Amino acid sequence: MISAAEAMVKCLEKEGIKTVFGYPGAAICPFYDALADSGIRHVLVRQEQNGGHAANGYARITGKPAVCIATSGPGATNLITAIATAYMDSIPVVAITGQVNSDLLGRDVFQEADITGAVESFVKHSYLVKNAEDIPRIFKEAFYIAGSGRPGPVLIDVPMDVQKVPIAFDYPKSISIRSYNPSTKGHPVQIKRVIAAISEAEKPLICAGGGVFAADAGGELLELAQKCSIPIVTTMMGISAVPVDHPLYFGMIGSHGKKAANTALLTADLLILIGARVGDRAVSTPGILEKRTKIIHIDIDPAEIGKNMEAAIPLVGDASIILKQIIDKVAPCDHSAWNAELNALKTSIVPDMEERPRTVNPKAFITLLSQKLNDNAVVVADVGQNQIWTANQFMVPHGRFLTSGGMGTMGYSVPAAMGAKLADPGRQVIAVCGDGSFQMQMMELATIRQHDIPVKIIVMKNQRLGMVRELQTKGYHDRQIAVDLENVPDIPKLAAAYGIPAKSITSLKDAGSAIDEMLAADGPYLLECIVDPDEATL
Amino acid sequence: MKYTISILVENHPGVLSRVSGLFSRRSFNIDSLAVGVTDDPTVSRITIIVDGNEYTVEQVEKQLNKLIDVIKVKTLAPAETISRELLLVKVAAGAAERGEIMNIVRITDSKICDISRTTMTIEASDTTERLETLLELLRPYGLREVIRTGTIATQRGSDFITVKK
Ligand SMILES: Cc1ncc(C[n+]2csc(CCOP(=O)(O)OP(=O)(O)O)c2C)c(N)n1
Ligand SMILES: [Mg+2]
Repeated sequence: MISAAEAMVKCLEKEGIKTVFGYPGAAICPFYDALADSGIRHVLVRQEQNGGHAANGYARITGKPAVCIATSGPGATNLITAIATAYMDSIPVVAITGQVNSDLLGRDVFQEADITGAVESFVKHSYLVKNAEDIPRIFKEAFYIAGSGRPGPVLIDVPMDVQKVPIAFDYPKSISIRSYNPSTKGHPVQIKRVIAAISEAEKPLICAGGGVFAADAGGELLELAQKCSIPIVTTMMGISAVPVDHPLYFGMIGSHGKKAANTALLTADLLILIGARVGDRAVSTPGILEKRTKIIHIDIDPAEIGKNMEAAIPLVGDASIILKQIIDKVAPCDHSAWNAELNALKTSIVPDMEERPRTVNPKAFITLLSQKLNDNAVVVADVGQNQIWTANQFMVPHGRFLTSGGMGTMGYSVPAAMGAKLADPGRQVIAVCGDGSFQMQMMELATIRQHDIPVKIIVMKNQRLGMVRELQTKGYHDRQIAVDLENVPDIPKLAAAYGIPAKSITSLKDAGSAIDEMLAADGPYLLECIVDPDEATL
Repeated sequence: MKYTISILVENHPGVLSRVSGLFSRRSFNIDSLAVGVTDDPTVSRITIIVDGNEYTVEQVEKQLNKLIDVIKVKTLAPAETISRELLLVKVAAGAAERGEIMNIVRITDSKICDISRTTMTIEASDTTERLETLLELLRPYGLREVIRTGTIATQRGSDFITVKK
């Protein structure tokens, strides 16, 4: 017999978990005590939300569920934004929370919060453990549910007294949940219709979303695109699903996307959507598109099909398997004229790379950064103008672009970068954030220092909530309110106070050597770019 | 239009709140919801009456299916549906009204299940429409309390919904 808390730790070991992110408190103490005897590395974040984002970044790089931990009450409620962020982007995160003693549940005792109730609408599933013997089964199920089908967060809430109950530990080898059987293979009849549609199309287009990563289908996607010379665009979540420098790639669609990508979307006669949920930022007029364009929608979640846009040919299943089924049957075709048309457009629009007086041109900076990074570097963009500059200028050939796409959660980049770095220490990991979002997460500099996580942080300092300010300019008669970050602290000094080397630049001319210095530094490093407050997003 | 959706779910605590929470979150309008355990004690059956169109019903079905505790969802075709609702209604009724009310009860195939000096309590199990008729007939006497269970429904004929595939 072992304690349920020890069993919880054993379950994590059985799941192959090497690193967890968390913040302790009374209600989760039995678990932490058991964790002390384990080889699992615990990264003490400085706020629970960041533990959730770090697990998110970790999961996105490994492709497997990652774990964050919090105590009951305020610890658990601090996790809420991170759980919602993971849900909106379909990221497999298993969140473990302590809960007050089970006999006190419902009495509003100290640090009691109904966390399973609170996260109900943005978890894939949740458990409130009442019987300690259920722990092995629940953990097995939680990891399976989080990582399979359409991935997503699962929460396990464990009352403190339950954690102390002795149980016989037997980790289930197999799993069967009668009500949960995600489909994988595409229906053969639908595959046939897809083949026919591709062969008839004159201007086919592939649009890849975040689901392509979940299915690890980037290779198959590119293979299909090459076999049939189909141009590719992505949503924000799909950026880097195929090499960004590939001649068939035309960039991100949407309200902040590339002209060539949006034109491709509007002129295509066949749209093959893969793992994309047609969110409003990606497709603002789905009603028009579905009428004009034949749409093939491939998604593992049947509920996505027809939710935001009608599809002529829906295909439910795992994108990588479905793409293989298509590649096997489809005849090669040539769409070089269509590609040339898009290419002409792509090359005709050159982003403004001009030098600015006294400030750094952020687009030129991200372009330069991309050139200097290793080919497989991970770049995590925060939210705001900085996100769009980074998304559109991200040019790392085999790199990975991460961001909070669905929720647009400010404060995502630094903790997610920490997670990504710990998941794959050999890869360069860069967080890009704004001066507003930096101040929502800067406590994590302490975590980075304490655990020696060599992430690099770029802060685009424009002294304002730039993205919102731009909205006010365009939509609210330029009336400015609550967007001025007046007296932004001296960020490099702040980094220095945390023991992290830092530098600030005010000109593109200094960017090259500053980036070199940052990348050459062994440990973490912060580079601040002074950006003109009136710099445009697009 | 009204749709009748039958759902088989795991009989755990918390399942009902997941199902009902989904309706408010996705802004689906439900007219009624009834739940009870089936012959298999691990399975409950929920019957929901949804007001909407084809799109909403398809979405409701798909979103319900995403809930891990939901085992099966089926929208019943209106023409193929037998539905019943249970009603308890307490009507103001002194000695003078009793005769008339007993008449209504007889005609509508209802039942008197309690009686006091000033009230009568009537029980009826019928379709929602026929219960409405009954209530209309009783309303003039003064409705003191109206308690309804929400609709439960099954398919006509030998078809049935089961956990097994
Ligand atoms: C947690 C959170 N709060 C508020 C917002 C709304 N919001 C979107 S962009 C933005 C401005 C971000 O400012 P900053 O980080 O300085 O980035 P910039 O746009 O200046 O590059 C805000 C407030 C959000 N996305 N997330
Ligand atoms: Mg800013």
